[in-house]
Amino acid sequence: MTDDEFTAYHDLADETGDHRWAFGTGFTDPLEGIDTSVPDGVNAAALAAYCLMLGDDALIYSHRLQQWMTRLPELEEETAIANIALDLLGQARMLLARAGRAEGAVLAESTGRSEDQLAFFRLEKDFRNVRLAEHADADFAQLAGRLLIFSTWRLALLGRLHDSRDPVLAAIAAKGAKELAYHRDYAAQWVIRLGDGTELSRTRMQAALDTLWPLVDELFRADTVAGDLPGVAADPAGLRAEFDDVLGTVLAAATLDHPGAAPMAEVAGKCGRDGVHTEALGYVLAELQSVARAHPDAAW
Amino acid sequence: MEDAQVRSEWPLYEVFLRGKRGLNHVHVGSLHAADPQMALHHARDLYTRRNEGVSIWVVASADITASSPDEKDPFFAPSGDKVYRHPTFYEIPDDVPHM
Repeated sequence: MTDDEFTAYHDLADETGDHRWAFGTGFTDPLEGIDTSVPDGVNAAALAAYCLMLGDDALIYSHRLQQWMTRLPELEEETAIANIALDLLGQARMLLARAGRAEGAVLAESTGRSEDQLAFFRLEKDFRNVRLAEHADADFAQLAGRLLIFSTWRLALLGRLHDSRDPVLAAIAAKGAKELAYHRDYAAQWVIRLGDGTELSRTRMQAALDTLWPLVDELFRADTVAGDLPGVAADPAGLRAEFDDVLGTVLAAATLDHPGAAPMAEVAGKCGRDGVHTEALGYVLAELQSVARAHPDAAW
Repeated sequence: MEDAQVRSEWPLYEVFLRGKRGLNHVHVGSLHAADPQMALHHARDLYTRRNEGVSIWVVASADITASSPDEKDPFFAPSGDKVYRHPTFYEIPDDVPHM
């Protein structure tokens, strides 16, 4: 860049006076200044569990996306995936913080666990993310396919939470929905580009969706936590129609076949939301938590 | 470089951003993309991460017709010595602001 261009670019950047380089930095409490009391009539324990579920989905999937850094085929895609991972990390921070506050409301005498305690000092069986979030992408087609599945589902979910009876959850959902709409658009463009591309790219995109499809049914599985939160949480089964509609449109545009693989088995009727995970989560947590566990209470 | 195995690069696009105050689109840089839609996505991800813009234009670099440095003198030198093209030969009254 010449000096002139550099100055012009910074003149644009300076308009807001917000020099924070990315969301999630420059502040320590993601819910600072927000009234985090639990509304009357809302089951605080269930609210904490629900926010933990949605926060864990974002945290674990964000980490999986971060693992793609330095490995993507183009610099521009790398920035795109980094932005998406950062968006999800921001959602995870707010949701885990909300879970901690709601947990504190249950305990009455305490403020509950902090976002860091929840992210770094829980065991595998205490994580409540869906198994799709912990899956390790084998190639770029799986990255695109999984991002399409995840963002379509989560966008439908957060869309339902716009008028949640918990105003904090509603605000987090409203912010997250804008981010996810972009993630979905980005992923859909890649699935279409690869599916409707060369013979090789189509074969690999189809194989990726076939590999991922067993993890889809779990996203719409009824859970008791959402059942305990009428007017606050969204019914997972109610998201299926919107999901199928969007996936159908994208798959048709991509000339891909609708995957028909059977759902991945549950373990004694339990899966990710119950803390029963695939082997993959242990490796994610080992990496995600190692620094915080080696230096407990360190600040960065 | 004729070898088909050599990985070809995506074409180059130039990126123009408009800031929030209704200024003109300003050239901020360039990027590689396979098609215009992808270029728009990349521009969003590379150049608007710090809240810089509300509108993006992308143009394939190959579609820009530019003046050549070789033609600099024929193009621009003649205007340099024609001071009468600058409206400077009058006094601005003191009570006229914003000039």
